[in-house]
Amino acid sequence: MTHNIYLYILVAGLVSFLIRVLPLTLIRREIKSTFWKSFLYYVPYVTLAVMTFPAIIEATRIPAAGILALAAGLLAAWYGVSMFQVALLCCAIVFVAEQLLPMLH
Amino acid sequence: MNDNRKELTEGMKDSIPIALGYFAVAFSLGIVAGKVGLTPMQGFLSSILNHASAGEYAEFTVIGAGAPYLEMAIVILVTNARYLLMSCALSQKFAPGSPMLHRILTGFGITDEIFGISIARKGYLNPYYSYGAMLLAIPAWAAGTAIGIAAGNILPTAVVSALSVALYGMFLAIIIPPAKEDKVVLGLVIISFLVSFLFGRIPVTAKLSGSTRTILLTVVISAAAAICFPRREDPQNRSI
Repeated sequence: MTHNIYLYILVAGLVSFLIRVLPLTLIRREIKSTFWKSFLYYVPYVTLAVMTFPAIIEATRIPAAGILALAAGLLAAWYGVSMFQVALLCCAIVFVAEQLLPMLH
Repeated sequence: MNDNRKELTEGMKDSIPIALGYFAVAFSLGIVAGKVGLTPMQGFLSSILNHASAGEYAEFTVIGAGAPYLEMAIVILVTNARYLLMSCALSQKFAPGSPMLHRILTGFGITDEIFGISIARKGYLNPYYSYGAMLLAIPAWAAGTAIGIAAGNILPTAVVSALSVALYGMFLAIIIPPAKEDKVVLGLVIISFLVSFLFGRIPVTAKLSGSTRTILLTVVISAAAAICFPRREDPQNRSI
């Protein structure tokens, strides 16, 4: 079954719009439930973690380059390096590793 | 009226650093979008409508997988669920009797950063402040995506391969610092990494598309964490 990219974008845009607008227009009060507050608090961390690994080692042409980038990114982020610099570091490591690693064989 | 113009200008001024950051993030998002076959125009449209890094990344994986439209709806619901919370919070910042149109437009413009600067305003929020921020930040996001897609088609494969990890680097920079502060978040990140890896290897779950696995794991792991480690404090102070 083939899908239309514009229809995909439209569905995504519509759902995003509803998520952002419905509470503001309808609910008009704060969420009190501890469960839902906690759930919504944890969701971004889990979803970003799930989307990052193992995708990062599958995005590069050589998986080892992705593993190195992941390790460097984890370390840099742990020590508080800014978002932009972590991203640049990961890119630089993949670039260098993909040039050097094949020479080891 | 004059007041609104002042608020608009102030919103634009405050969003200059946000817009610059958005351009860079969206550029790497564009590399991903280009890989699954989006044109710069489609990327621009997607970013104007969605303007969400995790949400759009997930959106592009759904497109790449050719998954059903319903799956797209669920994926976006999950990856953008935090905006529900922000939208609720912003509703408290509106003066009673604010026109519906202002609520709708302000809601549409919610991103982590625009929400952040809007909620930090003193007293009731003048929606023109948010409009000012949206006017710079969202086009910067959309332009970054479109240019990322175009560049991905021109740049040598070695460079594209390198740039394709930029987004993951940013994701790491978002989740790791809070994980350092909060042991529960750290545990969740480690568990998420492991289970996500396993789900990609176990034959039954490996058949599911990447986005289905993302939904499943996010809902199950976050719900389990919410039950085991409920939070008392206000969950709005963070930026993703």
